[in-house]
Amino acid sequence: MPKDNASDHGGIGASPKRREDIRFLSGTGKYTDDINLRGQAYVHFLRSDIAHGKINSLDLSEAEQMPGVLRIFTGADFKDAGSIPCGWQVTDRFGNPMQEPRHPVLCETHVRHVGDPYAAIVAETREQARDAAEAIIADIEELPAVVDMAEALEDGATKVHEDLTSNLCFDWGFVEENKQAVDDAIKNAAHVTTVELINNRLVPNAMEPRVAIGDYNRGTGEHTLYTTSQNPHVIRLLMGAFVLNIPEHKLRVVAPDVGGGFGSKIYHYAEEAFCTYAAKALNRPVKWTCTRSEAFLSDAQARDHVTKIELALDKDNNFTAVRTDTLANMGAYLSTFAPSIPTWLHGTLMAGNYKTPLVYVNVRAVFTNTVAVDAYRGAGRPEATYQLERVIDQAARELGVDPIALRRQNFVTEFPYQTPVAVEYDSGDFNRLMDKLEAKADLGGFAARRKESEKNGKLRGVGINCFIEACGIAPSNLVGQLGARAGLYESATVRVNATGGITVMTGSHSHGQGHETVFPQVVADMIGIDASMIEIEHGDTANTPMGMGTYGSRSIAVGGSAMVRATEKIIAKAKKIAAHIMEASDGDIELKDGKFTVAGTDKSLAWGDVTLAAYVPHNYPLDEVEPGLEETAFYDPNNFTYPSGAYACEVEVDPETGKVTIERFTTADDFGNVVNPMIVDGQVHGGLTQGIGQALMENCSYDADGQLLSASYMDYCMPRADDVPFFVVDHSDGTPCTHNPLGVKGCGEAGAIGSTPTVVNAVIDALQSGGHDVPHIDMPVTPSRVWAAMQQG
Amino acid sequence: MYAFEIERPETVEEAIKALSRDEAQPLGGGQTLIPTLKQRLAMPSVLVSLTGIAAMRGICTDDAGLLCIGGGTTHGEVAAGADKFAGLAMMAAKIGDPAVRNRGTMGGSLANNDPSACWPAAALGAGATIVTDKREIAADDFFQGMFDTARDEGEIITEAKFPVPEKSAYAKFEQPASRFALVAAFVAKYSGGVRVAITGASESGVFRWTEAEEALGRDFGPGALDGLHVEPDGMIGDLHGTPEYRAHLVGVMTRRAVEAAR
Repeated sequence: MPKDNASDHGGIGASPKRREDIRFLSGTGKYTDDINLRGQAYVHFLRSDIAHGKINSLDLSEAEQMPGVLRIFTGADFKDAGSIPCGWQVTDRFGNPMQEPRHPVLCETHVRHVGDPYAAIVAETREQARDAAEAIIADIEELPAVVDMAEALEDGATKVHEDLTSNLCFDWGFVEENKQAVDDAIKNAAHVTTVELINNRLVPNAMEPRVAIGDYNRGTGEHTLYTTSQNPHVIRLLMGAFVLNIPEHKLRVVAPDVGGGFGSKIYHYAEEAFCTYAAKALNRPVKWTCTRSEAFLSDAQARDHVTKIELALDKDNNFTAVRTDTLANMGAYLSTFAPSIPTWLHGTLMAGNYKTPLVYVNVRAVFTNTVAVDAYRGAGRPEATYQLERVIDQAARELGVDPIALRRQNFVTEFPYQTPVAVEYDSGDFNRLMDKLEAKADLGGFAARRKESEKNGKLRGVGINCFIEACGIAPSNLVGQLGARAGLYESATVRVNATGGITVMTGSHSHGQGHETVFPQVVADMIGIDASMIEIEHGDTANTPMGMGTYGSRSIAVGGSAMVRATEKIIAKAKKIAAHIMEASDGDIELKDGKFTVAGTDKSLAWGDVTLAAYVPHNYPLDEVEPGLEETAFYDPNNFTYPSGAYACEVEVDPETGKVTIERFTTADDFGNVVNPMIVDGQVHGGLTQGIGQALMENCSYDADGQLLSASYMDYCMPRADDVPFFVVDHSDGTPCTHNPLGVKGCGEAGAIGSTPTVVNAVIDALQSGGHDVPHIDMPVTPSRVWAAMQQG
Repeated sequence: MYAFEIERPETVEEAIKALSRDEAQPLGGGQTLIPTLKQRLAMPSVLVSLTGIAAMRGICTDDAGLLCIGGGTTHGEVAAGADKFAGLAMMAAKIGDPAVRNRGTMGGSLANNDPSACWPAAALGAGATIVTDKREIAADDFFQGMFDTARDEGEIITEAKFPVPEKSAYAKFEQPASRFALVAAFVAKYSGGVRVAITGASESGVFRWTEAEEALGRDFGPGALDGLHVEPDGMIGDLHGTPEYRAHLVGVMTRRAVEAAR
């Protein structure tokens, strides 16, 4: 939907190239590890190499004498510090709060997963710190580890936290009042399809590993933390208020260029608190740079659900009820948003695109001796979509009906639509998406392509998937009732300079999304000036208004809306100034193409004339408005946004080796209005690639003792360019969001949400076509798993 | 990584002398050793880089018609330069990525004898002779199990000599993450018989599949392999494949190598 003036101003609907790429691609970006402060020391964290143990003693005497060592910290140094906080409290089925263990900065009495840090050595150099770590004599008594969630819930299982009553964090039911009705509907159904599946655990693997630098100015008493974060204000609040007791006006958090996050850099991590604390204790800047090996053992991991889903249908194949039973792995501690992922970001999406009247979701969250699990691209919504779309595909097969027809028959077709799982979809058109998909994917030509594959000795399958997701989680007063310990608004300050250029300070944070290109397009469009006149500032609490950061595909929908509101205030004030100068009334002033005119006259003023007047207020309505042109807005949406999509994937399976190759992948997405189509294409490509990675390759696997088996790229398989096809993506002509000023929905996670069931459905279809009665294979659908399944069925 | 000294000899003699130092270790392209050092899993006091020894680099044909490859020759150089030995060029071209191929060396890979590496399959499958600063060792005697060879400490692989076959090919099924061989087969047809070497599969490292060699010796074609299989017993089982899967792939990849042989 390019607008008329898009090409003129690089405004909404245009696809200017990403301006941030100039510095990223020319080596002039400034990442946290590029920051080196005078006199900085280095910390090395000594991490547990066993999954569970009791710390009997730590003998530091030899290590403390090692060259370059400044100080060695242990849990005892943080006994007065708070626990690394959890930002969301879930209330269980019975009205009780979740069990919430203490998460110390450094382990105090126990180590609880491989990688849990129990000592921190600060030295003049990194290598000296590491040398000293090897000289620490740790007497840690190994305890039995709990890794498997079902075993963790058994009576008498070893407890991850001995002060909790069990390893059950919470037992959540949603919607609890529907439970009996759902049970009855399933009992009385004409047909029930059941699928048991695992949503495999992932390691997020942002390209840039985490880095933290603590700095302290003893002259002013101010702390600064430089960190690889998606939300510096949230880190400032969590770390300052809950862990280190530093008031926010004495704490600055800077997240400069950040090389990818995918969720893993939302959370407040112990290493950040450590560096901030140690910088004051030592009166030296303290830097930590995570190695890739450490990232595998310390970045919050993802997914890890074990689920049974049942879909009930009546005799006419209408969906009558969905019931799910999920074990969700929390790992050893509660990461910042962990409890919200398998609950409010998962259960609320279990109606999917369908008018199923009854849904009941049960989730038991479990502590295990593994790295903590939290949000990762999609966060709860991929888990919901995967199980729902797998069970629908299986139902179609069992009933002998076309999987697209079965979906169409059950689509929600009228909006707004109140689901039985609390949320109300504001807009969408699922049939139109499916129409587009069928055409773009050339599903009519599939039979011929299958024949061709078979001629080459390959099995070919097609998988279909529909999804709806929820982005821009809000409003704050609702999420507060659901257990969020934070607001979910976003902020923007629009600062117009005297000569007309604009700096926008946003609480959103860009770590790959392209905000510096996209956000100016919106402001340029509103004022009618060139996008090159607008600059975006983000990532520094010292110069941006309190914001909640970037995750959950919220930036354009929430942050962009805040920027629109602030720009509206700017325009309203500028019109007052223009009216005064042109001796007209405010209501007669029009702003178009960067020019103020008085309706019905030939009087006009350029944008720059008015902005200059604001700062040189000689001829100025001083009795009406203040000088200057700078406005701030906080935007709190009144609902989620609901992007939706329909995806198709064609795979070939080599029946001799079980190897799956993705031959075609087509998407039809509804993101509402789109600001920069090129950047949206890229977001979809990236999301699809991550979803294909989860479906076919990525597998974070622990052995029974809690040792991570896939602890490096030698065993943890990331998708590479030659693993994915050229994607055909379409997001034109979406149904605008009805409740934000831009009509936008968010596009960052859709690809990762929609792709996993599409791929697995396609693999199952291929195997079925080869006469293999294989109903399901758990992800990742590796060659060896496919081959093994073919031997069985 | 722990601190170490590095020596860069320019002749084999200088290298031998350097390697006689206490806790010295030879360094080829460093594709295994450097990551090991970074993990602090090895602590040599001296690293002796072998890639600056001109006499150990390059590809030539000797008077007997053997293809001679210097120990310090990179995979990339073999991929580009072994045009008279199709299977060998094919094998080298599929190791790692361009960065690995431009650094990693034949000698380093043979000496390391990783059970999933490609070079051991090529050397064993071609019946190569491994030449060191002290002696010549037949490939059949050189590889002695996972990460184990007949090489003595401080002994340098200066060269390997490969009989050039009539037809050959290398078929690799990649372990998805590392792209090392999950199972790969090197097949070479000589006038005197066929050799088949399998890497990636066995807990004992690279091995010859003698039944396949005999069958292919009688009739060099994919049909000769019908009904032949290796037992899962002794095959590697890990995240990426069970012993049964690997045993199955031995048959598949051998047949594919035969089909691709040229």
